[in-house]
Amino acid sequence: MKPIQGIGRGDRRRRLKNVLALGSLHLIALIAVAPLFFIFSYVIYRGVPNLNFDFFTQLPKPAGEVGGGMANAIGGSLVLVGVASLFGIPWGIAAGIYLSEYKLGFTTKALRFVTDLLTSVPSIVIGIFAYAVVVAPLKAYSALAGSFALFIIMIPIVARTTEEILKLMPQHVREAGLALGLPRWKVILRIVLPGCLSGLTTGVMLAIARISGETAPLLFTAFSNDFGFRGLTQPVASLPVQIYNYASSNDELWRAKAWTGALVLVMIVFLVNLLTRIIMKSQSSRS
Amino acid sequence: MTQSVIEGTQISSVELKIRPARVKDTHVQDRIFWMILRFISWSMIAIMAAIFILLLKLSFTSLAKFGFGFFSGTDWNPPLDIFGALPFIYGTVLSSLLAILVAAPVSIGVALFLTQLAPKPLRTTVAFLVEMLAAIPSVVYGLWGVFILVPFMQTFVQPKLIHFLGPGSTFAALAAKLLTALVYPFILIFQVFRLNFDGWSLEQTSQMMMHFSNQIFAGPAYGVGLLTASLILAIMITPTISSISREVFASVPSQEREAALALGATRWEMIRLSVIASCKSGILGAVILGLGRALGETMAVTMVIGNRNEIKPAILAPAQSMASVIANEYNEASGLHLSSLVGIGLSLLVISLLVNSIARFTIWRVERVKK
Repeated sequence: MKPIQGIGRGDRRRRLKNVLALGSLHLIALIAVAPLFFIFSYVIYRGVPNLNFDFFTQLPKPAGEVGGGMANAIGGSLVLVGVASLFGIPWGIAAGIYLSEYKLGFTTKALRFVTDLLTSVPSIVIGIFAYAVVVAPLKAYSALAGSFALFIIMIPIVARTTEEILKLMPQHVREAGLALGLPRWKVILRIVLPGCLSGLTTGVMLAIARISGETAPLLFTAFSNDFGFRGLTQPVASLPVQIYNYASSNDELWRAKAWTGALVLVMIVFLVNLLTRIIMKSQSSRS
Repeated sequence: MTQSVIEGTQISSVELKIRPARVKDTHVQDRIFWMILRFISWSMIAIMAAIFILLLKLSFTSLAKFGFGFFSGTDWNPPLDIFGALPFIYGTVLSSLLAILVAAPVSIGVALFLTQLAPKPLRTTVAFLVEMLAAIPSVVYGLWGVFILVPFMQTFVQPKLIHFLGPGSTFAALAAKLLTALVYPFILIFQVFRLNFDGWSLEQTSQMMMHFSNQIFAGPAYGVGLLTASLILAIMITPTISSISREVFASVPSQEREAALALGATRWEMIRLSVIASCKSGILGAVILGLGRALGETMAVTMVIGNRNEIKPAILAPAQSMASVIANEYNEASGLHLSSLVGIGLSLLVISLLVNSIARFTIWRVERVKK
């Protein structure tokens, strides 16, 4: 933009204001992403020194002893997230199909609203709910209770992403299937879902990444232990809870382990997110 | 149908509505399929209801015993079986509001930067980085907070805050004057109607306010505390607010922006006049949604808030939030204590559902108007 000749003082002030405001917007963008770099760099800096093969294969050592790992927590997290996903993914996808494929006016709107509300229930409240449903009747902390909490957190997320993704499928694809005389369920399961497979996968992966990091609902459902998974009715450790316990301890070695645990957790989440982006991008460029 | 082919892949919502309903499904399997899906979808409502009912049932002993006093009581004393939740409500509300105060300008700024200023490659990168902030697990924020942010606050930030804004500073004096000016008229009104504050003079009021505002940034520098928790919360809710604001800003028709530019507006004036001005309620919705997220946040807050059950106007002092007290005490609680903790959980649920409903309603109304 070339300055126009003969502009008054007011114009100069306007342009100064423009430069200042736009400059501060750039600065704000920098401020917003800065914490990510701080967190990432510290997690890597503190976590990498203890990252070795033992970390994934060894059980934790008592406070003060060198060595040991978080095999119990990693295995526990796998079980908790695995069981939650086993039920949560089909459950959530089914609800998502209903929201997207059957438009029933008010009911769908109400369902969608409740699903949205369910995603905004604080995770600690879900923990209390799982405690009331599973822990209190069984009178013991258990992996089952932890999985149940994660399952409840997972289904509304999967349902809403499934709905959004299925909506992207062009309507004429469904019509083509129906016109060939296929029953609706076959159209949905054989044509619509496979067509959206990569989108669905990424949605599901994001939900898994999200529940892998949940700590609050596991504190008083799955609880923790030092020896790994011993059945669904026994308490089990998980990576986030172990990080929390170690971070709140006074033991220097445990604290160092907490950073390594955080590194593993962050890497999982980061990779899933990055992978999701790449898949989404390749898909959108294809269509 | 023809329209959607012309306009591209996006299907208008009008078209989706004319899909035949279940009545027209002739295949028996379709009815079964539909019934299974319906059962699963309705389970969402059942889960929501079950959460409410179970929490109400578990907290009933406590709520019945203390009544409204549960929410106004300032004493939380498990050994004596006295439970008042006000310190935690105070901690949650204050930390969330402070977080909003920090996060809202930053998030809206980022959203403006991304939608109005950034070139495309930068846009996708920055958007990805901001969204990554939402993906980092809460416990990692807590870990980072405890070992990095807390020492930093304790040695660098808080001593400066105490020095420049703490007791005896110009800021405290100004705040006291402002507060006196705000509060004294009400005291006069109370006196006129003989409700309370008999014989309070202006002198007394201003002394009281001085005492109050001296406390706001009073020391010592603990490191942990409300302010530190709010900063972490602010980082955590930035992606929520900025992604919703981005959607709102992106929905401004480009003709409106071009019109502003054509009239000779600078870019900032264009942003202010045609983007921000037309998105006010959308921004409000985004901020409220961020507030809802901040209210329920547990782990990071628990790790840095300091866990002390006090109500103080001091924002550097340790405090306790509703979620953090549940996380800290639930495992050791039983009987009335447990029931009271569930009561706090129930209040947290109600508050966050209310806040979220308001936010969603605001955003939904904006979207409807835009259409």
